[in-house]
Amino acid sequence: MSAISEADAGPTHPDQGVGPHLISIADLGASGIAEVLRVAEAFAEVERRSIPKVPTLRGKVVATLFFEESTRTRLSFETAAKRLSADVLSLAVASSSVQKGESLRDTVETVEAMGIDAIVLRHRASGAPAQVARWVRRARVLNAGDGWHEHPTQALVDCFTVRQVLAEAAGVAPASLGVSCFAGLKVLIVGDVRHSRVARSEILAYRALGAEVALCGPPSLLPSDLTGWGVSVEADLDDALGGADVVSLLRLQAERGSGTHVPSLREYTAGWGLSAVRMARLAPQAIVTHPGPMVRGVEIASDVAELPSVVVTRQVTNGVAVRMAVLFLLLGSEVALEGLGGDRG
Amino acid sequence: MAEGAPSVVVRGGKVVSGGRARRADVALEGGVVAAVGPDLAVPPGAVVLDAGGCLVSAGLVDIHAHLREPGAEEAETVASACRAAALGGFTAVVAMPNTDPPIDSASVVADVRALAAGAPCEVLVAGAITLGRKGERLAPLRELAMLGVRLFTDDGTGVQDGGLLLRALEYAQGLGVVLAEHCEDASLSAGGCMHEGAWSSLLGLPGIPAAAEEAMLARDLALVAQTGAPMHFLHLSTAGSVELFAAARARGLPVTAEVTPHHLALSDAAVAGYDPVFKVNPPLRPEADVEALRRAVAAGTLDAIATDHAPHPPEAKDLPFDQAPPGMLGLETALAVSVNALSGYCSAERVLAKMTAAPAAIAGVSVAGRPAASAQGGPVVAGAAAHLCVFDPAASWTVDPASLASRSANTPFARTTLVGRVRHTVFAGTPVVVDAELVC
Repeated sequence: MSAISEADAGPTHPDQGVGPHLISIADLGASGIAEVLRVAEAFAEVERRSIPKVPTLRGKVVATLFFEESTRTRLSFETAAKRLSADVLSLAVASSSVQKGESLRDTVETVEAMGIDAIVLRHRASGAPAQVARWVRRARVLNAGDGWHEHPTQALVDCFTVRQVLAEAAGVAPASLGVSCFAGLKVLIVGDVRHSRVARSEILAYRALGAEVALCGPPSLLPSDLTGWGVSVEADLDDALGGADVVSLLRLQAERGSGTHVPSLREYTAGWGLSAVRMARLAPQAIVTHPGPMVRGVEIASDVAELPSVVVTRQVTNGVAVRMAVLFLLLGSEVALEGLGGDRG
Repeated sequence: MAEGAPSVVVRGGKVVSGGRARRADVALEGGVVAAVGPDLAVPPGAVVLDAGGCLVSAGLVDIHAHLREPGAEEAETVASACRAAALGGFTAVVAMPNTDPPIDSASVVADVRALAAGAPCEVLVAGAITLGRKGERLAPLRELAMLGVRLFTDDGTGVQDGGLLLRALEYAQGLGVVLAEHCEDASLSAGGCMHEGAWSSLLGLPGIPAAAEEAMLARDLALVAQTGAPMHFLHLSTAGSVELFAAARARGLPVTAEVTPHHLALSDAAVAGYDPVFKVNPPLRPEADVEALRRAVAAGTLDAIATDHAPHPPEAKDLPFDQAPPGMLGLETALAVSVNALSGYCSAERVLAKMTAAPAAIAGVSVAGRPAASAQGGPVVAGAAAHLCVFDPAASWTVDPASLASRSANTPFARTTLVGRVRHTVFAGTPVVVDAELVC
């Protein structure tokens, strides 16, 4: 470990001042993350029922506004909302007034005028959800990924999944671990951190829970200034892997311009791809996460992606329960969690 | 406005000249200063402006304002900008040429001057260095110089092609003009929307490194050394720029530089909430740079304070941060913001010098370049043009974007309480702002 930046120096994460919304992991803090994980366990149980649906958010309307393509996040949010019996409005930007030049602000105000309770927003511009949260009157805003900034529900899914795997290894129920299992956990985030909203949210989440976070990637793909992040930087992936409990692989974001930050995919893969040889350096119980979509042959070798310690499919499965928890906590605070009966309607 | 200008006595203030203040009244007659001295008699029928507790200075001169007309009248017009300028204590503003069409021909110069007829301040027109500000071919510098254009700039962008700028500097020699550069190497700033550093890393916003400004400044200083032609540097914003500029000044190069009130007052931490009102070019910089700029003003390294007044209508600033255009209002808050930001670094009298004599000299409208009776920037002495700014350093006010004279509301100081306010402005002998209200 080298070049540890001081957590107490430089900028702190801005307080968005938007308590009812989920814009950043910083809105939750350690106690908020713990609460999401606790509630998500309860919903994971619901999902195992023959009719995986509860009436918790009946009458609520959730709108998904995706100004950037997405497969898993959008499906995951919409599935979560439907399992909570909320109505789902899905704005397909490609066929909407946005194509006629309508501004983000007008689109949001139009959608809100339809009486929706929550806006799930994905936007290619960092900060768009924070701006939308200032424009709405009563709707809650959930950040489903903004530019390079944050993707808070993905980080929550990753924490949930890591705890699940740790609990299985220990032979206990995940809920019994609380969040104490993260204290001192060594997390290594590998790849294009500069352009990664997943990395920014993961760093905030893992750090809030007491894990030690290290970054490893081409220096041109790391953020230019890590003051205040409380992370260390590892120069050599081969050296770093041996000490890691969790390896979070990031996608090389060619569409965000990272293609000019490295000489070639070949060179990137040689230096920072998770090959079978590198996989062998990992401790046997280490966990490998990836937010998807994976680019096999670049950040991860195809045969490595199939190994059981690579928990990508589990992350997708857990995504629904975690997003149910987030929607419940933002929209259903008047509903007692204990009242989670099956859908008897 | 000089014709028929009333008799005016500005009474009870301290007259600022050469960075110092002394207790004196100022009598104005026929558009010029008639007398300066203690306890002047008030002629019958004269207008009396109370200046008790105030600093009485020459009218302020802004060498960097975007008036937006022609082309973006929804953001600002020459008339609305001049009203904002008067409220801010300015009696002269330099109109930047990045209009649509740009000010790169005699006809647009004439258009903008015509729009300023009857305005409560003087509008000096700057011309573009290159045709259409495209950085490809020189604009008709000689023709515009013969019309009295003194400053030329492609502001909004820098001249990327160093060879072309070298030709411009060579060609302009003998025309009595100054080329002014917006230092920004586009290959280094491309895609950026805030200062590249700790905050941009945290916020996930693409950054503009300090080197984008410093690299072009260093290149331009080398071209000044090569040609001996004078250059002015717009809105320097980094500690590195201050260092480069100070070294060039120490070598005796004919260079001047300005800094904006917002770069003296705000840091990049202001961007934390992603409000595009804090998006500006050059971007707000870290505290260490802000500190270096303040020290450089106090030390005299930076010559002038200039607003870079850049109005944008609300719909333009209601966009996602990376899409919103850069720029913020400045005219109505410049003096108070500068005095507040520099409190503890230098006196209000010194700030006034940076906003009067120094910019007037750079724009060629000081007593060195004009007859005293029409010069801008002071000094406030008998025979000088009656352009005055009366500043009350103790008046406290809260900036309300909705009540600004500007057509736009994109001030970064909305709801900020400032100490010090322009109380009266006199332009060519006529009071145009009295007790912080327009009277023209």
